[in-house]
Amino acid sequence: MPLVDLADVHKSFGAVPVLKGISLTLEKGEIVAVIGRSGSGKSTMLRCINGLELVQSGRIVVDGIELTAPGADLNALRARAGMVFQSYNLFPHLSVERNVMLALKLVRKMSTEDARSLAHAMVAKVGLADKLSAFPDELSGGQQQRVAIARSLAMQPTLMLFDEITSALDPELVGEVLRVLESVAEEGMTMMLVTHEMNFARNVADRVIFMHEGRIHEDGPARETLSAPRTDELKSFLSAVLH
Amino acid sequence: MIREFSLNDLVFLLEALRWTVLLALVAAVGGGLLGLLVAILRTLAFRPANWLALSYINLVQGTPLLGQLFVFFFGLPLLGVNVDAWVAASISLSIYASAFLGEIWRGSLQSVSSRQWEAGASLGLTYMQRLTHVILPQAIRISIAPTVGFLVQLVKNTSLAALIGFVELTRASQIITAATFAPLTVYGIAAVLYFVVCFSLSQLSQRLERKYHAPR
Repeated sequence: MPLVDLADVHKSFGAVPVLKGISLTLEKGEIVAVIGRSGSGKSTMLRCINGLELVQSGRIVVDGIELTAPGADLNALRARAGMVFQSYNLFPHLSVERNVMLALKLVRKMSTEDARSLAHAMVAKVGLADKLSAFPDELSGGQQQRVAIARSLAMQPTLMLFDEITSALDPELVGEVLRVLESVAEEGMTMMLVTHEMNFARNVADRVIFMHEGRIHEDGPARETLSAPRTDELKSFLSAVLH
Repeated sequence: MIREFSLNDLVFLLEALRWTVLLALVAAVGGGLLGLLVAILRTLAFRPANWLALSYINLVQGTPLLGQLFVFFFGLPLLGVNVDAWVAASISLSIYASAFLGEIWRGSLQSVSSRQWEAGASLGLTYMQRLTHVILPQAIRISIAPTVGFLVQLVKNTSLAALIGFVELTRASQIITAATFAPLTVYGIAAVLYFVVCFSLSQLSQRLERKYHAPR
């Protein structure tokens, strides 16, 4: 059974259709890069997979939980499908350590000591062991995003969703976040990332999905799809982003 | 009979100050509880509740406090409910405070970015956990300064209760002035006393903001 299964998903914001029939499956361990112009529905699709957006029709099953069923336990799903946002979204009133610990205690019901030691391990993993007691506004964008990744990973999710997580960063800070992503990928995590980093998509992702006007326009192995696009839309998109 | 302003008059003013502070305290607590309800009704995803809260806020904020005092003091007896000045002042100041505090708190709640709700949701936190652990701590920090600012206004507005004969600091000053004919001295002292109370509140606000790292 695939880990993620979308069948004919339709989503619109008011009268504006954003997703026009998305079907796709994602196997455990796959790393998928989702690319496309802004407004093509990439982020919306990712947010639907985490239940942050409700869909009008179609079926979404993630890790055995059918999100689109009435009364679906979205919180249980979200505890298993981690999400990292473009704008980091750390909790500004909590230290780095407490940002990571919060859901471990409230959702995973871990004791304070266990939550703290896991938080320390995860923060060390993203290279910020010396920032445990710092507050988000004392960190650079790249550091905040690494904490956000640690916060999601600490929940030991079966799937990680990354929504343009380097797009808000200064160029010199992108590298440190991508290196953390690579190390997560190496551990076999199932990942879906909306990204504009084509080199990263080519080198780290197994598969690339190109979205265009609310539909999946191309879907194939990362290297082949990016080096030999089959459609004119992907060709023109790639030439635009690669100059 | 005109007499000199004496130490006894100062004691009388201080005793009256007690009622000013007590009235403000009752209005703050009563208005706070009622204001919480107003803020909840205003943010609930249920149109009639929003509409009801908004009408209440507009009515209270759009009419003079003095008029509200008169309605309760002179109006209720017409309905057969006898109220003394203390009860009428407590009720109308509480209602007055609830409309303002409710709006301050609603604004503070809504000024926490919706992304914070999403971040909490994406970690599997329930609605109540998001509210109590993520949103409220940030909203409370934001609301400290405007809340205390309004409480300072409330302390000064208790003086309107003098017009329905409630002997708080302002009414006491009027009484002593009539006896001593030393308005500058009497009202000067009253002003200093109001200042001491209000300044202490402002200091408290700054201390709270520092304690809770308000800018964060």
